[in-house]
Amino acid sequence: MREHDGRHDGRPGVIPTSFDYVRPTTLEGAIALLQEHGDDAKLLAGGHSLLPLMKLRLSFPAVVVDIANLEGLSSVRVEGDEVVIGALTRDRTLQTDPVLLAECPLLAHVAGLVGDPQVRARGTIGGSVAHGDPASDLPTAVLALGGTVVLTGPAGPRSVPVTDFFRSFLETALRPDEVLTEIRVPRTDGIGWGYEKFTRRANDWPIVAVAAIDGRVAMANMGQTVLRATATEQALAAGASLAEAAALADQGTTPGADMHADADYRRHLARLLTRRALETAAGT
Amino acid sequence: MSILGTRVVRREDPLFLTRGATYTDDLVQDQLVGALHVTLVRSTTAHARVVRVDASGALEAPGVVAVVTAADLADLSPLAPEVPLFHQAMLRPWLAKDVVRFVGEPIVVVLTEERYQGEDAAELVEVDLEPLPAVVGVTRAVTDEVLLFPEAGTNTVVTFGEPAPDDLFTGCEVVITQDVVNQRVAPVPLETRAASAAWGQDGRLTLWCSNQGAQMVRAQVSRWLGLDPALVQVKTPDVGGGFGAKVGADPEFALVAWLARHVGRPVRWAETRSENLTGMLHGRGQQQRITIGGSRDGDVTAYSLEVVQDAGAYPRLGAVLPSLTLLMAPAVYAIDRVHAYARSVVTTTTSTGAYRGAGRPEATAAVERAMDLFAAEIGMDAAEVRRRNLVPRFTEPHTTSSGATYDCGDYPGALDLLLHTVGYDQLRREQAARRERGDVHQLGLGVSVYVEITGAGLDGPAEDARLEVHPDGTATVLTGTSPHGQGHATAWAMLVSDELGIPLDAITVLHGDTDLMPRGGGTHASRSLQQGGVAVHQASVELVAIARQRAAELLEVAPEDLVVDKTRAGLQVAGDPSTAVTFAELAAAEPLEVDTTFSAPAATFPFGAHLAVVEVDTESGKATLQRLVALDDAGRILNPLLADGQRHGGLAQGAAQALLEEVLYDDEGNPLTSTLADYPFVSATELPSFELITMETPTPVNPLGAKGIGESGTIGSAPAVQSAVIDAVAHLGVRHIDMPTTPMRVWSALRAAEEKRS
Amino acid sequence: MQVTLTVNGRQRTDEVEPRLLLVHHLREVCGLRAANVGCDTSSCGACTVLLDGEAVKSCTILAAQVEGGQVTTLEGLAEPDGTLHPVQAAFRAEHGLQCGFCTPGMVMASVGLLAQQPSPNEQDVREALEGNLCRCTGYHNIVRAVLCASTTAGTTGGPA
Repeated sequence: MREHDGRHDGRPGVIPTSFDYVRPTTLEGAIALLQEHGDDAKLLAGGHSLLPLMKLRLSFPAVVVDIANLEGLSSVRVEGDEVVIGALTRDRTLQTDPVLLAECPLLAHVAGLVGDPQVRARGTIGGSVAHGDPASDLPTAVLALGGTVVLTGPAGPRSVPVTDFFRSFLETALRPDEVLTEIRVPRTDGIGWGYEKFTRRANDWPIVAVAAIDGRVAMANMGQTVLRATATEQALAAGASLAEAAALADQGTTPGADMHADADYRRHLARLLTRRALETAAGT
Repeated sequence: MSILGTRVVRREDPLFLTRGATYTDDLVQDQLVGALHVTLVRSTTAHARVVRVDASGALEAPGVVAVVTAADLADLSPLAPEVPLFHQAMLRPWLAKDVVRFVGEPIVVVLTEERYQGEDAAELVEVDLEPLPAVVGVTRAVTDEVLLFPEAGTNTVVTFGEPAPDDLFTGCEVVITQDVVNQRVAPVPLETRAASAAWGQDGRLTLWCSNQGAQMVRAQVSRWLGLDPALVQVKTPDVGGGFGAKVGADPEFALVAWLARHVGRPVRWAETRSENLTGMLHGRGQQQRITIGGSRDGDVTAYSLEVVQDAGAYPRLGAVLPSLTLLMAPAVYAIDRVHAYARSVVTTTTSTGAYRGAGRPEATAAVERAMDLFAAEIGMDAAEVRRRNLVPRFTEPHTTSSGATYDCGDYPGALDLLLHTVGYDQLRREQAARRERGDVHQLGLGVSVYVEITGAGLDGPAEDARLEVHPDGTATVLTGTSPHGQGHATAWAMLVSDELGIPLDAITVLHGDTDLMPRGGGTHASRSLQQGGVAVHQASVELVAIARQRAAELLEVAPEDLVVDKTRAGLQVAGDPSTAVTFAELAAAEPLEVDTTFSAPAATFPFGAHLAVVEVDTESGKATLQRLVALDDAGRILNPLLADGQRHGGLAQGAAQALLEEVLYDDEGNPLTSTLADYPFVSATELPSFELITMETPTPVNPLGAKGIGESGTIGSAPAVQSAVIDAVAHLGVRHIDMPTTPMRVWSALRAAEEKRS
Repeated sequence: MQVTLTVNGRQRTDEVEPRLLLVHHLREVCGLRAANVGCDTSSCGACTVLLDGEAVKSCTILAAQVEGGQVTTLEGLAEPDGTLHPVQAAFRAEHGLQCGFCTPGMVMASVGLLAQQPSPNEQDVREALEGNLCRCTGYHNIVRAVLCASTTAGTTGGPA
């Protein structure tokens, strides 16, 4: 890692530190660059997770590897029981993609809630999932859907169940020499779903968000990663009512406190939003 | 047909919409070629001793031309508080030397050839700070346990009035006391502060800066730097919003000028938004204790308001604003006994200053809250309680117990028209129906009636105008006002055009250059139309009089036989177009110009009534503003398009304060809302379209009959919206929720009320 | 490094630092200063321009990322003969600007919206502008302006 003082607390800045910018033309080329530079390199796709951090100098890679235009990594298609989404597919594309709207409307809906239109024009699903912010919408939806994340490294692609992907705060199963290339979610056409995003302003990160589909419930901003509401899921599987199951949503979570909500209120929201998301999914 | 009172689109807009306006950081003048960029190193600790500053690392960085610390500024005396009433020992250094007193206080300046280099170099400056105990919140500050200025011996900057007498509420059947917070907010003009300075070969300083009045800036900068004002020219480019926070100079402006002289090159500074959120003056910041007393039949007979104002670290304009709060404490009500007292104290936070309303929103919010509490206590409708206690309609000046003399007002009329227009009874019925059903989403109604003081500017009630008609038929107006969105280039041109008939597009309005207009009061306190506009109108009238005399001589007729012919922008003998002469022709013969001053005999008092309809999700506590209806009377309206725009902006800011915005610090004085990602600046999705009702009761105070309108929106709307949120859950036992009425606060209030019931 | 992009219809190649933000490239290298910097956290939208027809925040894009792309700024919106775009005309007619600082971004975001959704309702407009902050207008007239422009432009998106 480059020597950097990291004097970012209270610092006024808007300008990133200097870096080398590389734009590989192939996925293999990108992976080779990651191998070569290790921790000194960061992948750049939409840039709306990375560049804000770089401007604040909370992230200061020596090498930025721009993969946004790599061929073949931006698409939405059906493969058997799955919907296969290229990692570089932009949020804006997901919002209106006819295949996704038909086969996985939860994901299309949630993609349309990320940030604002300008963010959605640039942000990618792969970038959001790889970043692994516990307060992010797309990781929440992907976690609720289940399925796998495909990571491609020097030895080729490997699949990681999405439930194993988010490890800790901004830490995922993605290795330093890997590129997240695909997200595979089950086809859920005709299956009820619900998404509740609680904010004070529409453009804000969710104070808490809940995605519910097919007996699975995932939550944003209730811990170090996006989380499944396992107690709720188990209760549902055991035949509990929606309200009873939702009342368990915050079990096992470690919500933080900030200016918008203390832990108590977050727990309340998790339970409330879970109930509402489940009701929507059930069509009630 | 007069153009006055009609909706005229702005002349500023074609340029703004095609090339964009030219703000201070956009300037590319020859004088600024080669300008160095200023990057400030600021304190990251709220209260600390400065132990060591080492800039040696920065000096080596690429593009660094100079690094300046307090040691280099020894020839500049620290700034004493501008207001003589303030404790004069609370000195503000130019750059922190021994102590820092708020997060964001400048310590070191780095000057680089290019902007990007500045941030790199600033990171290499080492500052060692030894923390001292922080003082956050006025409750802590008033104890004087930790003093920001040991040499002052106190944290109290100034007090106004005296504590209330013990017997103020004797005889009242009902007495209610409530502690209320009028929270600190950030003005957040979209353009942050910026200044550029260049010294000429002639020894004169040219200072470009984003401000609300060049003349005040010049006076301050000259004084601070010990310069003859004649050597200082301040020029105001287009300004991206001010809202009171850009009134007068910030020390950074003078610092930029000093730096330019120090290095012998032009210098430019444009702060980042994070700097702005900790460096620009904050608004509001009052802790209030309200007490209201009266009889059970709704007659309010006594009211007391105690204010503790958070001045921030270095007392600026914010510390004197409570005097306006006290002046407007009785507001629109006829209350026998009103008492108000205020104290301003320093805390280890950003200084407070004027922010749209500047002391008056705080007064209205306090008394409106008191009225609502009184209404709830006696079980009377909130609008009805108000109606019973309003000062009746008056056309002659009315002096309140606090010493304000209101020019004219019809508060009952405003309230009645508002309630009638919105269908108040129907709204109450809908609310009742939802309560009956126990809906999750409950409706709340909030009503406010307000009066506010406009025209009480910092530099007095006078304004200058200079009008010149040119031989080519165009005209130029020079004004001492300083528009930053208000549209004076259009409005003042309308005033001239209305008198002279010169087309709007042929009239240029200039402001903001102290070489052209050495004297001027700027734009703040909603003074511009009623002082600056009237001056322009007066200049037009005077110019016509001069022209009439000359035309009479030229045409060999009596002056009184001549009438203004607006279609040809000239004068003619009534009914005889053959005897006509245009103003342009007169100007060709001899310069046709007027310099005039209008001094307003008094301030004016616009008034109105606002109603908010809010829906509260009682499960989550989230409040959604559904309707905001504003009835405002600001006297005669010159351009309803512009006036409505001012009202909209004020309504948004008031609603934002009620629902969303607050500047927060942790206990160590670290700001928690120092980016626009954290500070909940209201966006389009949180607001409805507004509903405006206009009353026009011309004021007798000036010939245009105009009062100010710029700040009324914030004054009426914040209490109405706050009241509506509380009203939505009042039936569940909630009596008070401080602004901003965040979802968590509403939810907590509901839980507390529920616990009380069980 | 070198970057080639088309700005308001004219292709240009410049030598830039990799870290140069698109907004600074437009303002300081291309001399197009309508787009403004209003924040540090991609929150305010004052820097919004069109990139390949979509509204984007130019403060959160490196000039380098735009290699080969087409950028349209406020200065490139009107017709060459000066005819205003319907959005520009509507902003004036409806008094959708006061100090003007948010305006270039607000206009470009609105143009981007109408390109994708030619007939938005009020709620659509407010949501589409959630990333563009304004302190002066309270958004009321901005929303009116966008709705008026959508009626004027019809479904073709061309000038009135």
